[in-house]
Amino acid sequence: MTRTRLFRSRSSEEKEEEQQQQHYSKHNITTSTGMRVIVPLQGVVQGRGGLFLGSVIPCALFYFFQLYLKRHRSQPNPPPPQPPPENSGGQLAEVSVSVLPRSLSRVHLPPRSPGGPAYVSGRANSIVKGGDSPHDIGLRKALEDPYHQSGNPDGVIQLGLAENKLSLDLVGEWLAKNAIFGEELSIGGIASYQPFDGLMELKVAVAGFMSQVMKKSVFFNPSQIILTAGATPAIEMLSFCLADTGNAFLVPTPYYPCFDRDVKWRTGVEIIPVPCRSADNFSLSITALDRAFNQAKKRGTKVRGIIISNPSNPVGSLLDRETLYSLLDFAREKNIHIVSNELFAGSTHGNEEFVSMAEIIDLEDLDRNRVHIVYGLSKDLSLPGFRVGIIYSFNDNVLAAAKKLTRFSSISALSQRLLVFMLSDSNFIQQLIEINRERLRRMYIKFVAGLKQLEIECIKSHGGFYCWADMRGYIPSYSEKGELELWDKLLNIAKVNVTPGSCCHCIEPGWFRFCFTTLTEKDIPVVMDRIRKITETCKSHS
Amino acid sequence: MTRPRPRTPESESETRNPTGGGATAMRLIVPLQGVVQGRGGLILGSLIPCALFYFFQLYLKRHRSPKPGSNPTSPSQSSSNLSDLQRSSSRSNLSSRGSIGPVQVSSRASSIAKPNDSPYYIGLDRVSGDPYDRLDNPNGIIQLGLSENRLCFDLIEKWLSENTKDSVMGRDGADLSIGGIAPYQPSDGLMEFKVAMAGFMSQVMGRAVSFDPSQMVLTAGATPALEILCFCLADPGNAFLVPTPYYPGFDRDMRWRTGVELIPVHCRSTDNFIISITALDQAFNQTRKRGIKVRGILISNPSNPVGNLLPRETLYNLLDFAREKNIHIVSDEIFAGSMYGSEEFVSMAEILDMEDIDKNRIHIVYGLSKDLALPGFRVGVIYSFNESVLVAAKKLTRFSSISAPTQRLLISMVSDTRFIQEYIETNKKRIREMHDLFVEGLKQLGIKCAQSCAGLYCWADMSGLISFYSEKGELELWDKLLNIAKINVTPGSACHCIEPGWFRCCFTTLSQEDVVIVIERIRKVAETCKISS
Repeated sequence: MTRTRLFRSRSSEEKEEEQQQQHYSKHNITTSTGMRVIVPLQGVVQGRGGLFLGSVIPCALFYFFQLYLKRHRSQPNPPPPQPPPENSGGQLAEVSVSVLPRSLSRVHLPPRSPGGPAYVSGRANSIVKGGDSPHDIGLRKALEDPYHQSGNPDGVIQLGLAENKLSLDLVGEWLAKNAIFGEELSIGGIASYQPFDGLMELKVAVAGFMSQVMKKSVFFNPSQIILTAGATPAIEMLSFCLADTGNAFLVPTPYYPCFDRDVKWRTGVEIIPVPCRSADNFSLSITALDRAFNQAKKRGTKVRGIIISNPSNPVGSLLDRETLYSLLDFAREKNIHIVSNELFAGSTHGNEEFVSMAEIIDLEDLDRNRVHIVYGLSKDLSLPGFRVGIIYSFNDNVLAAAKKLTRFSSISALSQRLLVFMLSDSNFIQQLIEINRERLRRMYIKFVAGLKQLEIECIKSHGGFYCWADMRGYIPSYSEKGELELWDKLLNIAKVNVTPGSCCHCIEPGWFRFCFTTLTEKDIPVVMDRIRKITETCKSHS
Repeated sequence: MTRPRPRTPESESETRNPTGGGATAMRLIVPLQGVVQGRGGLILGSLIPCALFYFFQLYLKRHRSPKPGSNPTSPSQSSSNLSDLQRSSSRSNLSSRGSIGPVQVSSRASSIAKPNDSPYYIGLDRVSGDPYDRLDNPNGIIQLGLSENRLCFDLIEKWLSENTKDSVMGRDGADLSIGGIAPYQPSDGLMEFKVAMAGFMSQVMGRAVSFDPSQMVLTAGATPALEILCFCLADPGNAFLVPTPYYPGFDRDMRWRTGVELIPVHCRSTDNFIISITALDQAFNQTRKRGIKVRGILISNPSNPVGNLLPRETLYNLLDFAREKNIHIVSDEIFAGSMYGSEEFVSMAEILDMEDIDKNRIHIVYGLSKDLALPGFRVGVIYSFNESVLVAAKKLTRFSSISAPTQRLLISMVSDTRFIQEYIETNKKRIREMHDLFVEGLKQLGIKCAQSCAGLYCWADMSGLISFYSEKGELELWDKLLNIAKINVTPGSACHCIEPGWFRCCFTTLSQEDVVIVIERIRKVAETCKISS
């Protein structure tokens, strides 16, 4: 009962006096002055400015309490690792069991005991734990037990890695013929510190190569190029430069499985998937983008850009001119960036024309600051081992920041010199591009025809090393679980490693990416036979 | 008029009587009066303001506009395309909320994109614009700010000219070898290269230690190796203790993208800049009081910029300290093979080999940029005893892996033990000669250097030449050396040295004739300084 009295603010007290006659019972309590001593801050609260102080003091106390909590909060528990989609498929966990337990068991020890084991950071922990998606598991299995026609005929055939071995013979021949080592390399030009963002000579050569690949439709300015040790760090660097921790990028699905690592791991940036559907041939709709943008905004997440792949990975389709224009309009309207991943620009095999974002920007007098292109030599020159990635940006701030960040990811000067020589041989490069396209087309046609005989249809694609196959008819249940069961059968029974759609965040189950450029034509019947075994059992079940 | 009539509390308590003035109309005006005065007033009376305040904070957090200054003016290097620059910077003044305003980069990018402010980087930029050349540009700036070793280029060049083609392409022709360089390779380095590196490292350290290739992760330079370790050992807001003076690049490597802080722990010239555990302990406690979690200590041994070695005793103390506080130790041993003194270098790995200590907290950084003088090849090494760190670092090398042809070449170079042995010995001898010559030259000018026995530099005490004993005085001298004497050295303040007047001079990019010129140039400045003082 005394409490009511104690915290009354000054102004309410005055009013209380006014009420006094009506409330006699209350009156009795307020007059018991003895109670006063016990109450903390009573003087202040009851004194002048009571209402004001009465609210400010609790607020201040609360604020300091929050501050205290924030500072003394123990190491935030590592964010629960992305529930990887494979969790739904029971048997899949078995594959990774042998790798995980040791590090996991350590993590459960109490972190506070002095002299205990030294703890790694929360982000390292989540990287250690959250690593194994079906994509990784499949790649590892294929690496450990690779198929070889004569050496290991029962090994796993790799259809999960977008690597092109169709034209390696040409590159090898060139390297063998052009004895540039030793004689033309000056020691000062390779051994000592070079600019971290790449040699100017290589930037010029790469700019030339890029416009050659894009059929001379675009001119690339070498001073807008930043070279990195692969396209992977190029994407990460752009993510660092364009977004802060907690911001997000919109990414149309299905998307390249490793974007999750490249964009999110170290940057603290989020990806908001924007689903595309088979009914639209997985093409991108601005309406869906707009919806995702608004939903993110409502959740309080700031969207800083869109990441697109063109030619798309895994579908292999191209974005037409009109879509590119509407994307630019959308980005301008929302004032966000566009990152266009054009890694497969030179690996087109259809008749459709590839349009680079750079070409659109060249033609129109648009606000260029928001457009950033990622490219590399891993796909179109079939040299992933050389680790050469490219950021091509129109934004001076991004270029300046990325230039400084290349200290963490620069290319060996030796490899750069080697590539300068190779790319400057424009006859060879022209020949390589043409022959490569031709071989790619043949493989694509044969592979898709093979799948068709098994009654597996692919989305018509025009670029990339893969096809996007519809196996919805063969999954035991129309769900992610069913998809992963089929994937598991393909990997462990048929010994074919493919990428399931769920790894690419495809919302429709039953789609798979098949990379065919690591095969020879002779391997295709083997692959088809292996798949047939699975599809036949699946059919008889249903 | 809702405010209460002014009254002092004393007079109030005197004049107050239970039947005080009674304008009942006031009641309606006071918000929440009923609640506060009613039962549970204390709880509600504090809870409601708190809740309101909480929601207010939440509102502010959500609706906070992008930080001002996230669109800084473009850095100076882009001044070549001035027309673009003016346009974009004039636009950035428009309101950021307009739907067609300029697009903003992240705030971390804008702080990185800002022009360099450290004298270390300003000096490096200046030299690259006007480098000294005995014949072509005799008035150019002489580089003493970059720790790069050119003393043994002749040996490497000879080896390369004899072996490059065979090592990259293989001796058996193109068919076999293209498969070894063109396709995807493990991003943390080829196993063959790790084995070769382990051999090289123990050769460099005088065979005192053996390194296990499976504990090794290779990165594109020691710079990303440090950054990856920092990512793995600390979360944003955590800190590392770093004894000063330290390598200026640590600030970028450890802090830029990781959000981790560096806490300088000052060492003094009276101790020849050797770290004391007391200072570490003090810094640790102070940092903890500030509510920041310390996750490790970063040491460089041989130290950069001083060039001294950590005695065995200190290493043991450091290990004890780390165990007591349960923190990590990152030991940067990139200069392990660039020794010119007679003192013995003790690697952290050696201590661990001998004692049965908790190894999980020890991580060593190494690279080929200094000891093999190949910074252009971009090869760094993380050598760790912690399995989680190894697993995470391996995965993070996807962002920083070494080009395969370079790895192939280095496998043969580094495995050529005869060449390596000859190289290491010649290199040490030449560094010693240069060091003696350079230090002697400085001595004649009355400039003494800290006692050192490793590294590509000396740590010179020019406090006699600075006009005020402060950072300002030091930077004035640095400026004179750069602009009048045309010599780029690294001032101690760039290394966070607490005592002004110390400078790092790298002498391994010079030839012996250059030393004479350098000393001459310093003399000119030194004389004017002495006269004026």
